[in-house]
Amino acid sequence: MANKFVQWMDERIPMTKTWNIHLAQYPAPKNFNFWYLFGVLATLVLVNQILTGIWLTMNYVPSADGAFASVEFIMRDVEYGWLLRYMHSTGASAFFVVVYLHMFRGMMYGSYQKPRELLWLFGMFIFLVLMAEAFMGYLLPWGQMSYWGAQVIISLFGAIPVIGDDLTLWIRGDYVISGATLNRFFALHVIALPLVLVILVFLHIIALHEVGSNNPDGVSIKKPKGSVPDEEKPKFKFHERFTKKYDIVDAIPFFPYYIVKDLFGIGVFLFFFCYVIFFNPEMGGFFLEPPNFQPADPLKTPEHIAPVWYFTPFYAILRAVPDKLFGVILMFAAIVMLALLPWIDRGKVRSIRYRTVLHKLNLINFVISFVVLGYLGTQPATALATLFAQIFTFLYFAFFVFLFFYSRREKTKPVPERLTS
Amino acid sequence: MSNAPVDKGRRRFLTVATGVVGGAGAVAVAVPFIASWNPSARAKNAGAPVEVNIAKAEPGQMIRVKWRGKPVWVVRRTPEMLNELTQIEDELRDPNSEEPQQPEYAQNKHRSIKEDFFVAVGICTHLGCSPTYLPAGMGDHAEGIESGFFCPCHGSKFDIAGRVFQGVPAPLNLVVPPHYYIDENNILVGEEKGQA
Repeated sequence: MANKFVQWMDERIPMTKTWNIHLAQYPAPKNFNFWYLFGVLATLVLVNQILTGIWLTMNYVPSADGAFASVEFIMRDVEYGWLLRYMHSTGASAFFVVVYLHMFRGMMYGSYQKPRELLWLFGMFIFLVLMAEAFMGYLLPWGQMSYWGAQVIISLFGAIPVIGDDLTLWIRGDYVISGATLNRFFALHVIALPLVLVILVFLHIIALHEVGSNNPDGVSIKKPKGSVPDEEKPKFKFHERFTKKYDIVDAIPFFPYYIVKDLFGIGVFLFFFCYVIFFNPEMGGFFLEPPNFQPADPLKTPEHIAPVWYFTPFYAILRAVPDKLFGVILMFAAIVMLALLPWIDRGKVRSIRYRTVLHKLNLINFVISFVVLGYLGTQPATALATLFAQIFTFLYFAFFVFLFFYSRREKTKPVPERLTS
Repeated sequence: MSNAPVDKGRRRFLTVATGVVGGAGAVAVAVPFIASWNPSARAKNAGAPVEVNIAKAEPGQMIRVKWRGKPVWVVRRTPEMLNELTQIEDELRDPNSEEPQQPEYAQNKHRSIKEDFFVAVGICTHLGCSPTYLPAGMGDHAEGIESGFFCPCHGSKFDIAGRVFQGVPAPLNLVVPPHYYIDENNILVGEEKGQA
């Protein structure tokens, strides 16, 4: 009966074939470590955001008069409304945690290098859309931080010469942030951007499965056809799409092996996720900022405004520059540099395991700069904080410049033919 | 079906012509989608002028009103505050208000019609936060003066005439909106004198 149904489906749509190509017969390198969990976790959080988001729209009122009160209504009067909202707000921060770790994994193991440049670019677009999505979502509760945060970010576009002022007016739909802005952000946040996000994630995965996954050794598991004796090949059946042109070594099928591993990772992740939701939903003011518990007041900026933690590294770069236009340019450049990594890194060796001490130090420099900038972005703009922000902005960009120069003739360690463990 | 030979030139012409017409149509369709993001007629109308009564303003006090949804400040400056205006001019970006951030009648030393009453849009020219008014204690942020405006968002500094300091993110002085004195005790913000 079941067989007959599968056969009936397969004659009409490539159901079994898709399952095999992407899961049951997809060759994944056998040496994935915990850094390889974050892709799956990002997918999980995306599903969480979409699901809880749909439920939140059922009670949320997208208007300047009703937004703040409707969020309080969800928190107090809707059954389990508080849980749905905390799952959504914690999910936003969790999304950035896993995406940042996912990106760092790619930087450590050179997963952006040829032939995975496009895969990396799709990832960067996902990151951009995610930032837009988070920014627009943050306006919706219509609290003080929502309001003034949006005011600052939209004003960034005002730094563009000539068209700047008209552009900000067009984005806001009013002379200041108002209900018009709120409503269009709501539309973009719940329909337009999630659609784009899902399409980009689809393309990201399709591109990944076309070139195959990288791994902690950065060594390809595809060998020339006929070069590997049969007894050295894995005892698994991989889809002929992968074995037609190459001999696959050191691989296991994604399903069930990595699915099981991912399920364990998901368990650990949910442990932390639930801790935040149930015991610390504001996360000390980092996930939900205190001024956002006051309704938006267009006449008064809070004493100290800072974006949510995931924007603070870029925000610190913006503040570090004592010039409006140049500050904005540098902030966007910080993201563009990441997108250009496949071309900035001219090395042929992917994994940090076989690269020089200099490269390791440089990557550590990048991490420290990013974290310190992130911290500074949460702090008031004192003279000392600004000075530090300038130093670490310099170091952030220095990472890319150094990398460009030393990567061409880097004295790397010998790279093994096959995966090591 | 006709067996006439394929005329490739004609086919190319038709393809290009169809593409151009279709493209023009697509651009035309984009117009309403883009234009609908502009401020609505209602938002434009909300820009009506506001009247501010200054009869009860104490020296050093600030009155906040809302004009076009933005905060507008009216500060009654003390003589000490006005004295400070000449002391730090070499630290300012635009001490003589040469940039068009104010109507002509406010393009003077104190950036106002009457010396003591300073009217300005309370929005930082950097990224649109509303700076904090410091009638005293500005010395913590800028040496040599006691009063001024400090933006908590990105640390931009302005003197008590809304003139921006050098070395801060804000590029321009605070905006002075069009305004005039209806009589001794009332200012109308949002309109020039003699305007409809």
